[in-house]
Amino acid sequence: MKALSDIRITTALALVVLVGGGQLLPDWALFLMTIALAKGLVSLGIVMQMRAGLVSFGQGLFFCIGAYVSGLMANFTGVTDIFLLTALAVLACLAVGGAFGPLLANYRGIFFAMLSLSLSMILYGVLSKMNSLGGTDGLNVAAPTFAGYAPEGRDLSMTLYLYTVVIVVFIGAMLRTGFDSQHGLVSLAIRSNELRVEYLGASVRRTNAINYVISAVLGGIGGVITGLAIGHVDPEYAYWTTSGEFVFVAILAGYLSIPAVFVASIILELVRSFSNLYFPNTWQMVLGVFLLVIILALPNGLGSLFQRRREGGS
Amino acid sequence: MDLLLVILVDGLIYGAWLFIISVGLTLVFGVLGILNLAHGSLYAIGAYATATAVGIYFAYGGDAFPLGSYIVMAFSALLVAVVIAPILERGLLRHFYHRDEVIGVLVTYGVFLILEDAIKLIWGVDPLFVYEPYDLLGMVEAGPLFYVAYDFLVIAVSAVTGFAVWYFLNRTRRGKVMLAVIHDREMSQTMGVNVDKVFLLAFGTGVFLAAFGGALTAPMISVSPGIGVNVIIVAFAVIIIGGLGSIEGAALGAVMVGISRAASVHLMPELELFIIYFVMAVVLFFRPEGIFVRTQTRKI
Amino acid sequence: MKLSVKRLMGATAAAALSLGIGAGAQAASHSDTFKIGLVTFLSGGAAESFGVPALNGGKLLIDMLNKGELPAPYDQKGFGGMTIEAVEIDEAGGATKQVQEFRNLVQREKVDAVLGYVSSGDCLAVPPVAEELKAFLVLYDCGTPRVFEEGSYNYVFRTAAHATMDNVSLAKYMTSRGIKVDSYAGVNQDYAWGQDSWADSVASMGVLMPDAKASTALFPKIFAGQYGTEISAVMREKPDLLHSSLWGGDLQAFMLQASARGIHKRMRIALAAGDHVIPQLGKKMPDGIILGARGMNGLAARAKGGELVDLLWDRYKAAYGVFPVQAPFRMWQGLLGVKSAVEKAMKANGGMKPTAEQMAAAMKGLSWEAPSGTITMALGNGHQAIQPNAIGTTKWDEAAGEMTLVDVEYYDAECVNPPDGVKAVEWIKAGFPGAKCD
Repeated sequence: MKALSDIRITTALALVVLVGGGQLLPDWALFLMTIALAKGLVSLGIVMQMRAGLVSFGQGLFFCIGAYVSGLMANFTGVTDIFLLTALAVLACLAVGGAFGPLLANYRGIFFAMLSLSLSMILYGVLSKMNSLGGTDGLNVAAPTFAGYAPEGRDLSMTLYLYTVVIVVFIGAMLRTGFDSQHGLVSLAIRSNELRVEYLGASVRRTNAINYVISAVLGGIGGVITGLAIGHVDPEYAYWTTSGEFVFVAILAGYLSIPAVFVASIILELVRSFSNLYFPNTWQMVLGVFLLVIILALPNGLGSLFQRRREGGS
Repeated sequence: MDLLLVILVDGLIYGAWLFIISVGLTLVFGVLGILNLAHGSLYAIGAYATATAVGIYFAYGGDAFPLGSYIVMAFSALLVAVVIAPILERGLLRHFYHRDEVIGVLVTYGVFLILEDAIKLIWGVDPLFVYEPYDLLGMVEAGPLFYVAYDFLVIAVSAVTGFAVWYFLNRTRRGKVMLAVIHDREMSQTMGVNVDKVFLLAFGTGVFLAAFGGALTAPMISVSPGIGVNVIIVAFAVIIIGGLGSIEGAALGAVMVGISRAASVHLMPELELFIIYFVMAVVLFFRPEGIFVRTQTRKI
Repeated sequence: MKLSVKRLMGATAAAALSLGIGAGAQAASHSDTFKIGLVTFLSGGAAESFGVPALNGGKLLIDMLNKGELPAPYDQKGFGGMTIEAVEIDEAGGATKQVQEFRNLVQREKVDAVLGYVSSGDCLAVPPVAEELKAFLVLYDCGTPRVFEEGSYNYVFRTAAHATMDNVSLAKYMTSRGIKVDSYAGVNQDYAWGQDSWADSVASMGVLMPDAKASTALFPKIFAGQYGTEISAVMREKPDLLHSSLWGGDLQAFMLQASARGIHKRMRIALAAGDHVIPQLGKKMPDGIILGARGMNGLAARAKGGELVDLLWDRYKAAYGVFPVQAPFRMWQGLLGVKSAVEKAMKANGGMKPTAEQMAAAMKGLSWEAPSGTITMALGNGHQAIQPNAIGTTKWDEAAGEMTLVDVEYYDAECVNPPDGVKAVEWIKAGFPGAKCD
């Protein structure tokens, strides 16, 4: 009971802070926050798998599928309703994730990472070849509508931001509950020793497959929002460097805390944005140094900061 | 028949190049347990160093003995290894040996980002050319086609390199010690092996092989920013197919990818873009850990 | 409970703090300076061939403009007396990133205009955002005709012709020079630029040389660097002509590997955009290569001469040690176009700094002189430029020790570009209706 009300209060607070804070943000920051939160969702999917000791380097697959759902529907059917698009992206990712999940559940460590990466790269190759879908140049995506409401300018940015915030907060709350459930705890146990888990009668394969499918769905939602916010989709969404960025955020955040994932995602977007402006010739170097410093200074990710405090308090 | 021969020759030439650029990667993973994403940058640095050194060689009377440029190429790669390997291994990588493999990937990704810009700061963006060694050996007629003799030199060098690495690991004392470390790091340490030294040696060899790949490639390309990026991903695919950490695997993987790609270019050019991922996915489907799998202890 | 609240507060505090840093960095825009965002490749494979030469050319011209060193009609300092201040952004990183960077340039850096984009993907992705933000955007380099064929914008302009004319001109060159082509092969990169280029080429050849057969079409990966297999495949086919739209390091590597195997002695090679590798390859570029420069740029412009070309050519060569190729020429025509539009708008509004609306109104349908000839905003309802083109053949000048372009043919803008409202591919397939050639 206590745990439940705990999450409710956190959720309510997160909503209030993010919604209220959004009103104060300048336009560019509002947009940056939307993208960071949407991409954070994809990384959250990786964090979910990380709890069971797996790191997917191919989350771009679902990010891309989600984004292309928005692009294709807008271009070929004229559907721009964000609720419908999100639902379709979820379905598409459920189907693809459901097909690959059981297969990938047999793989561990670097092989899991690389096989998921190659699946994503195959999608990249196929999309690059499809001239009817714009090839490597991709497609533009029309601005989303919200159940008939079609805002423009700052209203559009704000509505999309609020939509993202609501989704992010509720998924965050659901996953927090999920992490503390039996399934979530089995995941953690797999991380420390999967043979023991098998001996205790839980199915490692099943747990990994479920984690994979859930993270696929998260990737798709992140993709659909990013596609709509950017207004353009291209095969780059499935490229390995895109997936690598999601992994970076996941590692930066660590697997201990959910808010940390979104904080990490925001930090990455900020560092990238400002380093490109102030160091147009060496922004990659800035990013690389930042990455190394974080990994060296915070071995368990940003989340460990919060976690440490938590343990200290109890 | 001609077509088959051409595919085989083209495939071998490409496969030999693939092997050179990927063997160092698999060696480093085998010993250090780190999948080095900066491998491509080290390849690029090798190419740049070679372009600079060979350029200087010919500017200062190298024309009198043009074959000397091949020696300069090898020394350039060695120099890169001697300078960079200790900095990276001692300064950075050793902090991550006990950590997850994926952390190693990310750390080296950071190194990759840093080196990409460092290359730009050192050499600028203007491309360098050292085509003298490429033209030096003339052309070879093979079936209906002409090939550059240098391509066959690459095959030979690649075979010799592969054999040398294999011989070192299996037939020399130091090599056997390295194998012991690959097999069980802690046990070797208890037996009195200086693991730190083995790691540095292995990483140094890996850097040398990467830079040497760059050195061999430099004469046939335009040495310019971004050449390392493409190399990483194909080298990865090759060693994943062959089995991480396996030298024989890298050789087999390289030849498989080389010949598949040549066949696709000649027979079905539209498939070239994903042929490499396709081979990788098929191999992993049947052999989840690549063709040559290392034995691993399962800890209960 | 307390603990989790604390945890959350920590997270939001960190977020707020990091955002605060950004909010302070906003710069005000003064009316005596004109702030322009320059976006082009500063890293990655396109930096060396397109991005950096263009940026160098741009910085040189901006400096000259700020000092008032150009002849009339460009003799007014800066843009209409306002000092030009450039903000450089690296285009590397993909369209998603560029959309974000563009928003930052407009909303955070408050630039007055953005001039940029080499990659077609970026040129497709950014315009809708410019439209949404009502920001003045000038695309200066990218090739895809899709930008104004699929979209219609008020605030977006492209000051360079799209890629259609490159391959139309090449095919015209074959016919007018009497080059016999029974079959032709293609080596183009496997992405939109290479695929479009090959499609345009096949379509143009189909109209102008209907008997010529397209044999093998190879699409190596972009930045592949190794072309041995492709070269073997082409040599096996023995076509009369090899068409390629490769560029940068890929083209340099391809030419090194192909010429070492003597491919240029067995077939003619036509490079749709090949002029920019000449300064680097020098003598390694064989004689007799048919070369386009995506406009009357580089050597072809030099051959034609003119006050503006000679001045910029000499200054560029003095500053950077190489002669300018197509990339700086396109940057120059973009900057001069913006200058013309700004000054026209200022004439109309009584000398005030023009708004984005005023600049857009001034630029629509505008025509101005650039080192690469007369640029006219003729397509896309006055938003897409057409420009003259030139194709030539390489010949090494032993005495001077430099590459020259001989047998140069010049094409009027209206001869090799479709009329307004007609899609490029359909125009080619219909046999170039409405083309005005001398």
